[in-house]
Amino acid sequence: MINMVIDGRQVQAQTGWTVLETARQNGIHIPTLCHHEAVEPSGACRLCVVEIGDETWSKIVISCMYPVAEGLNVKTDSPRVKNVRRWILEMLLAQCPASPEIRALAAEYGVQTTRFVNHDPNEQCILCGLCVRVCKEVVGVSAISTIGRGVHKKIGSPYGVVSDACVACGSCVTVCPTGAMSARLDAIRGVHAGREAGKGGK
Amino acid sequence: MAQITNREIQQAGRLDSAEAFMALRERILAASDPNRTEIIVCHGTGCLANGSVKVAEALQAAVKAADLDIKVTGCHGFCSRGPLVVVRPSGLFYQRVKPADAEDILQSVLEGGQPVERLLYHDPNTDQALPQEKDIPFYSHQMRIVLRNIGKIDPTDIGDTIAHGGYLALAKALYQMSPEQVVAEVERSGLRGRGGAGFPTGRKWKSALAAIKKKGYPAYVVVNGDEGDPGAFMDRTIMEGDPHAVLEGLILGAYALGAHQGFMYVRAEYPVAIKHLNIAMEQARALGLLGQNILGSGFDFDVQINRGAGAFVCGESTALFTSIEGRAGEPKPKYVRSVEEGLWGRPTVLNNVETWANVPQIIEKGGEWYAGLGVPHSTGTKVFSLVGKVNNVGLVEVPMGTPLASIVEDLGGGVPGGAPFKAVQTGGPSGGCLPYDMREVPVDFDSLTRAGSMMGSGGMIVMDKRDCVVDVARYFLRFLEEESCGKCIPCRLGLTRMREILDGFSQGIGSEKDIDDLVSLAAAIQDGALCALGGSAPNPVLTTLQYFKDEYLAHIKDKRCPAGVCKDLISYSIDPDKCTGCMTCARQCPQKAIAGEKKKPHVINQELCIRCGICMESCKFGAVNVA
Repeated sequence: MINMVIDGRQVQAQTGWTVLETARQNGIHIPTLCHHEAVEPSGACRLCVVEIGDETWSKIVISCMYPVAEGLNVKTDSPRVKNVRRWILEMLLAQCPASPEIRALAAEYGVQTTRFVNHDPNEQCILCGLCVRVCKEVVGVSAISTIGRGVHKKIGSPYGVVSDACVACGSCVTVCPTGAMSARLDAIRGVHAGREAGKGGK
Repeated sequence: MAQITNREIQQAGRLDSAEAFMALRERILAASDPNRTEIIVCHGTGCLANGSVKVAEALQAAVKAADLDIKVTGCHGFCSRGPLVVVRPSGLFYQRVKPADAEDILQSVLEGGQPVERLLYHDPNTDQALPQEKDIPFYSHQMRIVLRNIGKIDPTDIGDTIAHGGYLALAKALYQMSPEQVVAEVERSGLRGRGGAGFPTGRKWKSALAAIKKKGYPAYVVVNGDEGDPGAFMDRTIMEGDPHAVLEGLILGAYALGAHQGFMYVRAEYPVAIKHLNIAMEQARALGLLGQNILGSGFDFDVQINRGAGAFVCGESTALFTSIEGRAGEPKPKYVRSVEEGLWGRPTVLNNVETWANVPQIIEKGGEWYAGLGVPHSTGTKVFSLVGKVNNVGLVEVPMGTPLASIVEDLGGGVPGGAPFKAVQTGGPSGGCLPYDMREVPVDFDSLTRAGSMMGSGGMIVMDKRDCVVDVARYFLRFLEEESCGKCIPCRLGLTRMREILDGFSQGIGSEKDIDDLVSLAAAIQDGALCALGGSAPNPVLTTLQYFKDEYLAHIKDKRCPAGVCKDLISYSIDPDKCTGCMTCARQCPQKAIAGEKKKPHVINQELCIRCGICMESCKFGAVNVA
């Protein structure tokens, strides 16, 4: 057993656990978007950040991947942590205004409006990559992937080619934290009309 | 050039002992005459772009009858004066050489010849001719350790490398030192990683040794040659000009760590570096300096080159590993260090090109010697690429701790026109912008970090009063926004949003609250981003805000760009007292926005003007103003 402190509370963790697992085991809430028990953590959404250390030295780490250690002192709601979460949520609010989940989470952190312009009022996808990971790690077919880099990144079928690797299992739709995946599935499999005409339906 | 040809050396076959290596070296040295004249033509990028291939061909054609050699080498560093030709052993230095100068150069090096006056370097201040390379301030202020052989050796000739001390350290280490002693020597040298973060190399190797022991696997050793900072070409020059130094450093590291496989990750944009490294590897294998049973010591090690695919982020260690493993180059959180779990989950030592290239001399001359160079916590020398508004654009190597002003002014010759520099961006796009007031800051890892900037890989961009800090910060942000891998939200979305706020400033739109927001968002990105690309991306914005806040305020409060750069905030005008009515600007204006008759002052039509600044550049009388 490993003894550590989260938000001033003495808690115990098992060797190999992450800070997030330990917090949840002890009923301490840390928000996440790209985390799912079924797949390996990837550290993409950064919402689960926590501050470790003390008054003299501290740093921000992501709780979903940071391993527990004896004597670790974790703050899940410090000003630095809140600053990261608020800005992420304010940016997500502008990025995918159509997602009720994002709006609710933002409201939880007092973010009701965003200073940033929105380019697509129907967007829901936050590019957390959960759909890609579940398709690879759980289903084992890798029918979806992230395409492109940086601001041009999107979710689609590998190389943007309509994929018949998809077995329509719906795992990606299930794990998607914002409901964005249901609208994308046809684009990956090709819409019916497109498939029948043999053209694909990008 | 060694007078024993490459082919003869290769025929020597694989050397099976240190003695056999030393004997080969003796043969090469005995066969070459140190007093034989060599005409050396720089084939660095700058000189190549200015036509040095034609210069070398012309010299080759002219030399036919004469008994001397023409040698082509890597970059000499003094790029703004290229194509460069140096005569050895005399040290006669010619600059801005054209193919037509070949005959004159040849005559000048023959018995009784006089230096070609028009090709000599003249001191810009005194106009005195300085015929010798060693007397030119750009070179005399340098201390060349990593670059010691670049500009002297033919990088494609292993014999030439061996004649200049190549592989001496390897022969010594394999037969006189244990792997632990090699690690200890590197630790004693105080060498810190030259790729940016400055982590002590010896300590990294030591932790790797511990991890290897714990896990029972051998390690991988990897060269990070994915140099991507705008305006940086240190590693490129080393790989192109002295590839054996990198290779020898890597073999020494492999020996120290018991690694049998190494990788060189080189960006695809460096084809010459890749070519020269491949040639070096082939030659080293043929001589038994690489491959199985190196120099008969029983130690096996080989290396392969992995080309990058154009992503800046792959210079980041975890992204680089992912890329070598054959997946999309995206970084991973590194709560377990790569010395424990790196490439394919194995203990891995990744060092930058310049770091590896330092190792052979540390082993040859001792860690003590190296630790005596530079300053206590930043030992040795550092190579910098000096670019921007500076007279002597090029590549320099100076001891750590050299004051910033000395690099810019003594070596760099200061800003063209003689005005003081405004700021220097050190550390590339992740670094910071240091103002003229900080010119005495010693250039070493810790002093630069304290000043809010960083060493980075060694890019140094000099700016003068015509550079706008808002525009500079925007430029670097845009670069990193384009290069962000997009995996984590703070970097993918945050850099774009920061840039949008700066776009507003450059148009005079914004408030002091926007500046506060910018700083707060920057902190969220620094804390929240997954890797160092995002984590350090706000640095140029934060340092320019720290040192040049007035300039930001001028943009948003007075709607004015003091440097005359931001197009929405400036206008060009013609001073009627200075204008001679020469019509030059009117002819050059792409918008036909300048009206006026010959010999009468011209006027710019502000409606038509697109503020390109061509009129200002073309005016010989300084009559065009920008405000």
